[in-house]
Amino acid sequence: MPSSNVSADLHIQQVTKRFGTFTAVDDLTLTVPAGSFFALLGPSGCGKTTTLRMVAGLEEPTDGTILLGEQDITRLRPYKRPVNTVFQSYALFPHLSITDNVAFGLRRRGEKQVDSKVEAMLELVELSGYGKRKPAQLSGGQQQRVALARALINSPQLLLLDEPLGALDLKLRRSMQIELKRIQTEVGITFVHVTHDQEEAMTMADTIAVMNQGRVEQLGSPAELYEHPRTKYVANFLGQSNCFEGTVVEHVGDVTAVDVHGTRLHLTGRHGAPGRAIELGVRPEKAVATTGEHGMANAVTGTVVDVSFTGLSTQYLVRLPWGQEVSVFAQNTGAEHRVLVGEDVAVAWRPEHTFALGAPETVSLEAPAVAAR
Amino acid sequence: MTTLAPPLAPEPEVEDDEGPLPQGRRRWVPYLLLLPGLAWLTVFFVVPMLALASTSLQTGSLGEGYRLTWRFATYSDALSTYGGQFLRSLLYAGTSTLLTLLIGYPLAYAIAFKAGRYRNLLLILVVAPFFTSFLIRTLAWKIILSDDGTVVSALQAVHLLGENGRLLATPAAVIMGLTYNFLPFMVLPLYASLEKIDGRLHEAAQDLYANAATTFRRVTLPLSVPGLVAGTLLTFIPAAGDYVNVQFLGTPQSSMIGTVIQSRFLTVLDYPTAAALSFILMATVLVMVVLYVRKVGAKELL
Repeated sequence: MPSSNVSADLHIQQVTKRFGTFTAVDDLTLTVPAGSFFALLGPSGCGKTTTLRMVAGLEEPTDGTILLGEQDITRLRPYKRPVNTVFQSYALFPHLSITDNVAFGLRRRGEKQVDSKVEAMLELVELSGYGKRKPAQLSGGQQQRVALARALINSPQLLLLDEPLGALDLKLRRSMQIELKRIQTEVGITFVHVTHDQEEAMTMADTIAVMNQGRVEQLGSPAELYEHPRTKYVANFLGQSNCFEGTVVEHVGDVTAVDVHGTRLHLTGRHGAPGRAIELGVRPEKAVATTGEHGMANAVTGTVVDVSFTGLSTQYLVRLPWGQEVSVFAQNTGAEHRVLVGEDVAVAWRPEHTFALGAPETVSLEAPAVAAR
Repeated sequence: MTTLAPPLAPEPEVEDDEGPLPQGRRRWVPYLLLLPGLAWLTVFFVVPMLALASTSLQTGSLGEGYRLTWRFATYSDALSTYGGQFLRSLLYAGTSTLLTLLIGYPLAYAIAFKAGRYRNLLLILVVAPFFTSFLIRTLAWKIILSDDGTVVSALQAVHLLGENGRLLATPAAVIMGLTYNFLPFMVLPLYASLEKIDGRLHEAAQDLYANAATTFRRVTLPLSVPGLVAGTLLTFIPAAGDYVNVQFLGTPQSSMIGTVIQSRFLTVLDYPTAAALSFILMATVLVMVVLYVRKVGAKELL
C-alpha cells in the first residue's frame, strides 16, 4: 500500500446533532486511536450512523468539533477529507465497471498508475478478473468487497463502514467479518464501524462504544464490555443477563455483600455505600442450576419452569421465590446432570462473575486502557 | 385434524392437473398478448406506410387519376425543390431541442432533487399546459408576441428590439413556440431518469473526492442519459415535422417541411410529392436518431 498519509487519532469533541427538535447525537465525546478497529454499536436511531456521517462530512454537527489528528475537519467538505466510507448497501456506481468504480477516487485526485493500483486492490479483496463487469453482475458479497476496495484504495487516514455487512446472509456475514478483520490488520488503517449487530462488533472490533439515545453508554474492549457491563442497557444489548435489585449490606475486604430479597450475594470490588440500593447482574452461562453441592458463594433457590435443549447448550428458566425468572445456560459437555422441570434447584455463581449496574449518568466515559487481545 | 383433511385433499390435485397446462399455454400467451398491438400496428402503421410508399411512386393528376409508374424522380425533384425548407426544419427542430434541454434539465433536476414536498405540484405544473389544446396555446403566443403587444413594446422600451423590430413572423418566434410546446416532453423523461438515481451515489462520489461539478459530470449526467435520449427524441422528432408553430408564429416565406407536406397534400393535391417528402423526412429523422443514440450510448433504446 502506498501510504502517503500517516494515520491519526480521531477526536469527536462535545458533538451534538439536532434534526429539528430531535437530538440524534447528544454532546458526544470520543477518541478513536489511530490504527484501531473501532465499533459504534447500538440499535437503530441511537445516533451511530449520524456520528459516522458527521465524520464523513455528509452531515454538519449542530455543535462541537471533530479533529483528525491536529486538523479540525468539522466544517470541511466531504471531498476534502482524508476519510472514505463503505456505504450501507454499497452505493456502487451502476454505470461504471468494477475497475472504474474502484479507480474513481484515484482519478479524482489525479493519481498516477491507477490501473496497477486497482489491480492490486482487487487482488486484496479477492476479485481479480472481475474488473470489466458492472456492479449488477456481482453477488452481494462481491459488491461488498468492491465497496471496500473503492474506499481502501485511496489509503484514507480513516475508513468508515456503515453497516457494511447488513445486506448479507448470515454465513457470508461470518466470513466477511473475518475477511474485514484480516484486511484491517494488513493495511493498518483506522476502521470505524457502525453496526447494530453485537456479534459483528465483538468479532471484529478492538474497542466498542455502545451507543444509546445519542450518547455513549460504555466504551471498552469486547471482553470487558461483556464481562463487566456497567449499565443495564449494555448488559442486555450485549448478550443476555440476569439482573437483581438489592441493597448494599457491607464491604468485606474487596468484596461487597448485597441483600437481595433476604439472600446474601457477593460481588468483587467495593460498590456503593451500605444501605444504598444496587443492581447486580450475572450472565446465564456463568451460573449453574444444580440440585447438589455447588460450592459457590452466590446462590439463589427456585423452581425450574422451562428446559430447552439447543444442541450447544441446555437453557433453564428458574423461577425464584419473589417471582423473578432467571436463565441458566449449561454447556452440553455430556458430563452434566440434567435437571427437570418442576425440580427445586440452586442457581449458583461466583462473586467475580457478578457485575454491578449503575445508571448511565454515573458511568464515567473514560476510555479504559485497551488490553492487547 | 382428521375432519379437516378431506376438504383440503383436492387442492393439491387441482394444482397437479394444472401442472402440464401452463407448459402448452405459456408458449402462446406472449403472442396472444402481442396480438392486439400487432393488429393495431398493421392496420394503422404498416398499411398506411405501404399506401404512402405507393402514392409517392405514382404519377397522374386528380382529374385523370393516379397510376403506379415507379417514378423515383419524384424524390429527387421534391428534394431539390424543397431542400431549403428541409434544412430549415432540421435547424429549427435542433435549436429548439437544444433549448428545451437547457431549460428542461435544470427544471427536471430541481424537481427530482430539490423540490421536497412541492415535487408533485411542480410536476402538475409541467403537465398543466396539456389541459388546453396545442393550437389554442400556440395561438395565445401569437397574441402575446404580436407587434402591438406588451412583450414587443417592453423589449422596444429597453432597446433590445429596434423601433420597427418585431417578434411575430420571425424565426425566433417559431423556435420559441417549438421550445415552449415540446418542453414537457423533455422534462418528464428527464425527471423520470433523475428521480431514480439513488441519493447515496452523490454522497459516495463526494466521499471519493468529487466536488459538486464532478459529481454531476461523472455520476448524475451519465445516469440520466436514458431520460436525456428519450427527451431529445420526443422533442426533435415531432418538432422536425411540426407545421403549426411556423404557420402561426412564422411567415410563409420561412416555412418548414411540415407546412410543405401539409399544403402539398391538402391544398395543392400533389399527392406523390407530399408522400415522397414524408418518406424523406422519416428516413432523415430515423438515420439521425440511430446515429445519435449510437453516439450517446443508450443502446438499450434501440
